[in-house]
Amino acid sequence: MRAGLINFMAGFLKNMISVLEVKNLTMNFGGLCAIDSLDLDVAQGEIVTLIGPNGAGKTTFFNCITGIYNPARGDIFVSSPWNKDKIKKQERINGLKPNHITEKGLARTFQNIRLFSNMTVLENVMIGRHCRTSSGIAGAVFRNRSTVKEEKEVVEYSYNILEKIGLSSFVNEFAKNLPYGAQRRLEIARAMATEPFLLLLDEPAAGMNLQETRELAELIMRIRDREHISILLIEHDMKFVMSISDRIFVMDYGRKIAQGTPAEIRKNPVVIKAYLGDEISA
Amino acid sequence: MIKAQEIKKSFFVSIWFMFLTFPIMVIRVNPIEKLIEWRWKNLALIGIGSFLLSFVWRYLLKQKEAGRKKAEACGVDNISLGRKLIEDSGFYIPALIAAAVFALVFPFIFSLYQINIMVTALMYVVLGLGLNIVVGLAGLLDLGYVAFYAVGAYSYALLNYHFGLGFWTVLPIGAVAGFIFGIILGFPVLRLRGDYLAIVTLGFGEIIRLVLENWNEFSFGPSGIANISRPGFFGIQFSLQGAIIYLYFLMIAFTLFTIFIVNRLQNSRIGRAWIALREDEIACQAMGIDKTKTKLTAFALGATWAGMIGVIFAAKTTFVNPASFTFMESAMILSIVVLGGMGSIIGVIIGAFALILTPEYLRAFSDYRMLIFGAIMVIMMVFRPQGIITNARRTYKFHGRIS
Ligand SMILES: Nc1ncnc2c1ncn2[C@@H]1O[C@H](COP(=O)(O)OP(=O)(O)OP(=O)(O)O)[C@@H](O)[C@H]1O
Ligand SMILES: [Mg+2]
Repeated sequence: MRAGLINFMAGFLKNMISVLEVKNLTMNFGGLCAIDSLDLDVAQGEIVTLIGPNGAGKTTFFNCITGIYNPARGDIFVSSPWNKDKIKKQERINGLKPNHITEKGLARTFQNIRLFSNMTVLENVMIGRHCRTSSGIAGAVFRNRSTVKEEKEVVEYSYNILEKIGLSSFVNEFAKNLPYGAQRRLEIARAMATEPFLLLLDEPAAGMNLQETRELAELIMRIRDREHISILLIEHDMKFVMSISDRIFVMDYGRKIAQGTPAEIRKNPVVIKAYLGDEISA
Repeated sequence: MIKAQEIKKSFFVSIWFMFLTFPIMVIRVNPIEKLIEWRWKNLALIGIGSFLLSFVWRYLLKQKEAGRKKAEACGVDNISLGRKLIEDSGFYIPALIAAAVFALVFPFIFSLYQINIMVTALMYVVLGLGLNIVVGLAGLLDLGYVAFYAVGAYSYALLNYHFGLGFWTVLPIGAVAGFIFGIILGFPVLRLRGDYLAIVTLGFGEIIRLVLENWNEFSFGPSGIANISRPGFFGIQFSLQGAIIYLYFLMIAFTLFTIFIVNRLQNSRIGRAWIALREDEIACQAMGIDKTKTKLTAFALGATWAGMIGVIFAAKTTFVNPASFTFMESAMILSIVVLGGMGSIIGVIIGAFALILTPEYLRAFSDYRMLIFGAIMVIMMVFRPQGIITNARRTYKFHGRIS
């Protein structure tokens, strides 16, 4: 019932509201302006990609949105698409702690994999459930009925996600023993356990082979279509980016130099000059 | 040739040692007769000794290296002792029964002296388990743990002295006092990471001790507080022997209680968050875990246990003074956790027994006791840096679908 409703709502709201709206964002590291008055928005149900040469400030941008850095200027607004009271007013999330931002419904993965390597795959995903559960010390010690129930639900929910992401065969494996591609997917699984409405993926295809990259593209599409999670991702693999994105933002030296659909970006002379260069013309 | 190279290296080590110790070991000035005595024999002894030691050391390291390479080459997961202890029920059930029987008959077959040592060892087991929450699970290096131990001990000593409160009344008060101090001290310092945290907690530990030492009106200064009551048992007065045996069983019960609680905490939502925090702080926050709150919980819970053991310590010795709460004590408890294997309950228990009982039973070696003890610890840490029991956390196992 609930799923049906969400499905309907999501279909209805698709492309109508923006789940993320960033205005005039600026971030400095000492004298270096890593992000310079950047505007960006992601609509519900979109897959948006952020590209740019190395050191353009893409990861820094993610860190600002997810509360790891506190931006110097600008606004970051989010609005949850499945809020009960229809389209709720946007919320400004600047300066919130990372864990509160995750509670709001943003979840991310990291460019350099940051799994809990000495925990099992299942436990990694279970950590993602932390902010949606509540049992405390008393619950842990007495193991009352609600705690046991909650724990069971956490396991079940986490296992479900692992099945969706295609990692269920690794369930009891230590995260550090997973092959590289699987580790990247486990990061996605862990992020999904927090029930986000926007997933931020930092170079999810890095280090993957052709086959794995293709599967990853399918997975991301599936997450968007079935779970109705909007996606903002950073990626260098142009073929991947062009095939998967609804819209692309291009950054260079902290500035946005272009935005548009893949077709537009492909033709944009500024982009070709700054970044794509021979890759596209070839 | 490896051998020749090894010999050469050891040779240089011995030369270096001879050079370093030359002024103290060889030259002796006799100021009365204005003579300088040259003891060349010592030089030779040091040369030969350091050469042999260095050679043996290198040989052992080589062996260890080779062993690891072989294990990697074979690709077999050699099941660690810790895993076996936890997972092989055919192994641990008999072991548990044996331990229980031994614990029960122990006070009736051994001397009072032995029982006393055992009580001390059990106290360190609990202290180790408490610190294990902070260091082993949450990964917060706390070098001032003894501060909370002192808080508990002085809570009992002072409340007993001024108001005549009994052991059982103060035990929960000591726990609460430890908890509150944990929060108060933890709040400002838990923003810090790793080494900074270690230094600040070290400072706090010393501050508490110095306050106790110098605030005469409050804590009676270095002379401490004597004649603290022993634990009562429904108003029964024990003989000295009875009191110690009672304390022994009390400690056994308390240890079991601690193991139970720590085990439950470890396998819970909070425990998982601690371990995740130890693994990767940033990822942990990004997954929605409140870093400060989670750290504070671990810190305060560890302090709670130290507070309770402090009360028991005061009741056992019937005397407290600041000298019992030096940095050495914190270092000892930390060694128990590290030597036993961080984050593993069985490891910490074994570590505590090893560290507390070894020096006692090495008394036969009189003066060399601490030297041997130190050597054992160094060797342990070089050849088994992960601790006695490694990787022995019980992970969440998923067996098929839950309907
Ligand atoms: N914590 C920091 N302190 C100082 N400078 C930083 C910090 N983090 C990033 N920078 C700088 O900010 C700029 C942007 O870095 P960022 O990591 O965001 O680039 P990126 O676009 O993600 O690059 P890549 O494609 O290589 O991942 C770089 O010049 C980098 O050196
Ligand atoms: Mg980056």
